[in-house]
Amino acid sequence: MSSLEIIDLKTHFPTPDGHVRAVDTITLSIMENETFGVIGETGCGKTVLGLSVMRLLPPTATIAGKIRYAGRNLLEVSEAEMRRVRGEEIAMILQNPTTSLNPVIRVGEQIAEAIRLHQGLNKRDAKKKAVEMLDAVKIPSPAERANEYPHEFSGGMKQRVMIAMGLACDPALIIADEPTKGLDVTIKAQIVELIQKVTEKKAMLLITHDLGVARELCDRIALMYAGELVEYAQIKEIFENPLHPYTRGFLGSLPDQGLVPIPGISPSLIELPDGCRFHPRCKYTTDVCKQKHPEMIEVAEGHFVRCFHA
Amino acid sequence: MIDYVLKRMIQLIPALLIVSVVSFSIIYFAPGDPAETLCTGPDGTANPKSVEAFRTKMGLDKPLYTQYLIWLNNVLHGDLGYSYQSGSPVFNHIKRAFGATFKLSVVSLIISLAISIPLGIISAIKQNSPVDVACMVGASLGVSMPNFWLGLLLMLLFGVYLGWLPVAGYGDGGDLEHILLPAITLGTGSAAITARLMRSSMLEALGQDYIQTARAKGVSERIVISKHALKNALIPVVTMIGLNFGYLLNGSIVVETIFGWPGIGRLTIDSINMRDYMMVQGCIMFVAILFVVINLLVDISYRYIDPRIRYDAAR
Repeated sequence: MSSLEIIDLKTHFPTPDGHVRAVDTITLSIMENETFGVIGETGCGKTVLGLSVMRLLPPTATIAGKIRYAGRNLLEVSEAEMRRVRGEEIAMILQNPTTSLNPVIRVGEQIAEAIRLHQGLNKRDAKKKAVEMLDAVKIPSPAERANEYPHEFSGGMKQRVMIAMGLACDPALIIADEPTKGLDVTIKAQIVELIQKVTEKKAMLLITHDLGVARELCDRIALMYAGELVEYAQIKEIFENPLHPYTRGFLGSLPDQGLVPIPGISPSLIELPDGCRFHPRCKYTTDVCKQKHPEMIEVAEGHFVRCFHA
Repeated sequence: MIDYVLKRMIQLIPALLIVSVVSFSIIYFAPGDPAETLCTGPDGTANPKSVEAFRTKMGLDKPLYTQYLIWLNNVLHGDLGYSYQSGSPVFNHIKRAFGATFKLSVVSLIISLAISIPLGIISAIKQNSPVDVACMVGASLGVSMPNFWLGLLLMLLFGVYLGWLPVAGYGDGGDLEHILLPAITLGTGSAAITARLMRSSMLEALGQDYIQTARAKGVSERIVISKHALKNALIPVVTMIGLNFGYLLNGSIVVETIFGWPGIGRLTIDSINMRDYMMVQGCIMFVAILFVVINLLVDISYRYIDPRIRYDAAR
């Protein structure tokens, strides 16, 4: 049973220089209890994908397609209904906990706010629940810490607070945007372990550029390049049998694979190359790659690739 | 915290000494003489004998540094001296004038905040809309309009043509109908500046990541603005309001003069004109202390609006 289904999602931002095609015709579905990773370089549009599901984009953005969740298209529900969805049904853990926590509001209150809003608890009970949430994400002496401000927390602790905030109303789906960015190795391992534990019975869309983290957490992953998905499959399949040149390049750039960089840079999302978007950086490029845009094809069960040569 | 306040108070002492020396010297070297000013009768010439007698009596014949030291000694014993004009203690004059200025300042501040905070917020939310443009054009007008001119226009409109409010004066101890016009004159000027700051500060806060976090929790836009953004946006605005209030309390010479308001600004300018040394000195010292104290209060208030600031740690 799928939890979230994204069909032909297009999120564009009109600018004076042209349309920024941040998310361009993305289709994917996430099963219940499944963790689905979206991997890509900075600027490939993966954060915009998450924000599109939450409908948290600036008013200038144009969204087309369908986002099906719990029997309705989230792009068509009212703003009031969407507010109920946010936090209660779908929670998003935004990147950069240092700037994503409000510096002048106590940490406990930042968590309790969502609880009061969605579960109708009074101030005292919501506060109590917030302390329990801090305890659940392994923050020591949670009752005292709840009364502190974000600047009194370390980076890893702030990330734990962000996770507690996301989980506060027990949503069925969590969108986590770069939850391990900027953390040092030991803290990262702890956060990964924590996320693994708390999302066991939940669906999760994990947005990251860190293949190591994705490998730990995800059941399936998708590689995103220049606004579109280029390959997706079970995590094991991707690591054992990567087919798209971009996926291979990405895997090859891992430290334990020799740190071989992919040549060239990602294209601007305003002026995308004709044909396959990856062709200027690809060593297998042939004429067809320059002229025609490849479609997603299923090469093995559940393994999809957007490449003429796969 | 108490340490911090004490430290700031001690830092005040050298500042006040410098202010007193400078103001003492400037008024001394300025042309004009209190004895001659005071002893000049309606027929236009001062009697040299009474001028001389007044100088001796007030110690004005002594060298400048002696006069200063005598004055300083008296101040340290809690005696600000006597007005040459009225003969009554300088302290009493200042107390009365400050009362009038204080009333005017509070009403001006209320008017200023009632205009600027809502307008700044609305402009920020409706950025680049006609409402925003109208508010900001209004604010530009408010900033660039000279006080005295706006005061005179208000006087003409409400005092002369419509006859709703008295043109000028203090009335019965500064009652509401006398206070309104000068308060509006002072309040609109500072409202314009505060509204602009409120707008830019609010826009900055609304662009921060934590606003996105609040929205992601399902918080309504009204609470996002009134709680998450406003709490952050007010931090710089409070400084500005505090400093503004400090300026208001120092008395506006122009507005108090045109509206005949017996405040500290007018007291200062009148005593300068009359070369009433003791009074000028008293007013300047009072205003200096007031300004420093207001600054200190603003700094202390940070602690309550911005939890990231702790004075104990900064030591």
